Amino acid sequence: MNASDILDYLGIIPLLPLAGAVILLLAGRRIGEPRAGWLATGMMALAFLGSLVALFALLSLPAEGRLQVNQVFTWLPAGTFSVGMGTQADPLSVTWLLLVTGVGLLIHLYSIGYMHGDPLFSRFFAYLNLFAASMLILVVADNLLMTFLGWEGVGLCSYLLISFWYRRNDAANAGKKAFVTNRVGDVGFLLAMFLIIATYGTLEYTAMAPAAEIISAGTATAIALLLMVGAMGKSAQLPLHLWLTDAMEGPTPVSALIHAATMVTAGVFLMCRAYPFLEVSHDASVVIMWIGAITALLAGTVAIVQPDIKRALAYSTISQLGYMFLAIGVGGYEAAVFMVLCHAFYKGCLFLGAGSVIHGNGDNQDMRIMGRYRKFLPVTAFAMVIAWLAIAGIPPFAGFWAKDEILVEAYAHGDYGVWIVGTAAALLTAVYMTRLIFLTFFGNARFEGADAALAVPVVSGGSDEGDPAVATAHGPHGSDGHDGDEDPFEDHPTVVFGEPPRPGRLHGHRPHESPVLMLVPIVVLAGLSAVGGLLNLPFGKLDFLHQFLEPVFEGAKGVKATTAQKLTAEGLSVLMALIGVSIALLVYRRGLRSPDRDPLVDRLRPVSTLTGSAYYWDAGVTRFVGGPGERGASWLNRVFDARIVDGAVNGTAWLFQRAGRAASRVQDGYVRRYALGILLGTVAVVCFVLLWAGR
Amino acid sequence: MTLAALEITSSYYLVLAAMVFTIGAVGVLTRRNVLVMFMCVELMLNAVNLSFVAFARALDDVTGQVIVFFVLVVAAAEVAVGLAIIVAIFRRRRHATADDLLALRG
Repeated sequence: MNASDILDYLGIIPLLPLAGAVILLLAGRRIGEPRAGWLATGMMALAFLGSLVALFALLSLPAEGRLQVNQVFTWLPAGTFSVGMGTQADPLSVTWLLLVTGVGLLIHLYSIGYMHGDPLFSRFFAYLNLFAASMLILVVADNLLMTFLGWEGVGLCSYLLISFWYRRNDAANAGKKAFVTNRVGDVGFLLAMFLIIATYGTLEYTAMAPAAEIISAGTATAIALLLMVGAMGKSAQLPLHLWLTDAMEGPTPVSALIHAATMVTAGVFLMCRAYPFLEVSHDASVVIMWIGAITALLAGTVAIVQPDIKRALAYSTISQLGYMFLAIGVGGYEAAVFMVLCHAFYKGCLFLGAGSVIHGNGDNQDMRIMGRYRKFLPVTAFAMVIAWLAIAGIPPFAGFWAKDEILVEAYAHGDYGVWIVGTAAALLTAVYMTRLIFLTFFGNARFEGADAALAVPVVSGGSDEGDPAVATAHGPHGSDGHDGDEDPFEDHPTVVFGEPPRPGRLHGHRPHESPVLMLVPIVVLAGLSAVGGLLNLPFGKLDFLHQFLEPVFEGAKGVKATTAQKLTAEGLSVLMALIGVSIALLVYRRGLRSPDRDPLVDRLRPVSTLTGSAYYWDAGVTRFVGGPGERGASWLNRVFDARIVDGAVNGTAWLFQRAGRAASRVQDGYVRRYALGILLGTVAVVCFVLLWAGR
Repeated sequence: MTLAALEITSSYYLVLAAMVFTIGAVGVLTRRNVLVMFMCVELMLNAVNLSFVAFARALDDVTGQVIVFFVLVVAAAEVAVGLAIIVAIFRRRRHATADDLLALRG
């Protein structure tokens, strides 16, 4: 069996987690707690192995021949237009396969520990597997419609998993918000597909590059921007970013897998697939580049004052995604993909670490009442420190190489505006991540009973049972189940900006390290964020990822940066990172004097109020939709829908009813009348034949 | 007027066929007894058969006669079914006329 034969079976990879999901949905309860998780994890492991096989099969082919499309069957035949179900094996899809299955595998493993004791344990893994299957369908697809199938699939799983603890009102609402906001983006995706069908009559990716050259720049701009609207929804770019922070209501592994590492990068994947249009349309590129840059900057300013560890990470994700779109806008597709990979490593690590912290201190997410946790969660602290250095852009960790490649591309491309914005965002990144790490793991201990907890020497971490001398805290995922409905933390674990700190839920216990099962994925991801830069070093022939991906973006007008440009852009961004870290260290080195006083927030008033509230965009949209939006919709419902739409439908029905009643008189049941009708008809036909047709 | 002059041409047959057909058609339209209406339909069929045979003879073409066989076969089948229906109706109601059968009125 040679390499191209193997690549024909790429479709098996998404089917593995799909099978897992089906089994778990049908028989999850019977399979029971630990085994359901292991089944799902096993499916992911197999899918990961399959992706590795695909990678090696692809590598064994010559660089120009690394494109294998396999049409499995015709999905929707419609006259001359038809859409198939097929797989496309090329460096881009295989990169994403490895990312989704690799990070997915780690997070499945982590979830076995994190979801321990949850009454819906097996259903969680069914959804997680279903998500993986949808995401894999999205990336192996050989046409836009099949990608859209996966796109909607991941949207559905995102909804199901955000609202996983559906009894909590906030979680249910956050799921709905994510789903509806994504629908707005999907309208753009759909319109783009209609436009592509109308222009070329095909949705296949392989047909796009040659076809993009013959269409007008206007059409290309329209297609690219409509696809970007879809990407904005899925990848949480301005102005459709507002669902991602609410999505933090879901279990933390979900935040790590779906809302940081994989699903939100689907927009980047889509834009990479649509690169031929961007190459034709300069205008669309400029718009995308600025959307990315502004998102990166604004989300960064919001992240620096958030009290909630997960919300801070969510804004950080939005900001980092902005970098990816910035890269796409300046034509640095390979840089964007590199960023996706590195971001998956360090942000996955950070989210899983945050999950470990939340798990270990009684479901508290408020960084203001944490502090000095490195004593209690040494492994988590160590891993998150590495991820922090990576995301802050300190060489030689992964984030430095990824972010700086993007900034170099922007600089070399001559887009100095976005380059400055991107560099400024790099400063903010360093600030908010340093703040997060120091508030959580260093400085003074601000949780209740801190003195007593610190007095007892920590004997061992890494066990959910904890040492017998000091009992450990358990969250709702712990042994006390899911029954604490009156508990304020049960209802609102998320802490929004401006909310005063609430008492913790440690109940005299002390924070504890997570079980080994959860620590392994965190450490692996930390390791990857340390060495991820090796994938694509900007020296000579060491840019493996760049070389691997280059054939995919054939004809892309990339700019080769000179050494001077590289040094300028990278030097400045490292400087910014160092300044950012220093500022945050200066402010937060000793932690907070008291939990309700955040020096950065206090000193930057009233700016911090503005940024902390995310520029009131979310509140504004809520107010608009709840006020004029709802009134407008109910007016449309009352007047337009009831009178015009229903009127047209009912009017047609009324007309046909009347006509039918009139016509039914003819059928009076008297046979002789019918016979007369037949006779008259015959006479009429005969007369016609004799008088007219016979001539 | 001699007997030889009275040659029976096909027009005679056609006129007879037209008369029989008209009798049948009027019968179907005016009579209410289902059995009689049925017999009138048979009259119309046979009128048509007669004209077919007349044309076959006049044009010296056997096709017309072949069609008559078809019509006879179909008529026989129709009689079987039709009589069965009529018997069913008569079993149900004693003095059923066609006008009483209004169940399918629109």
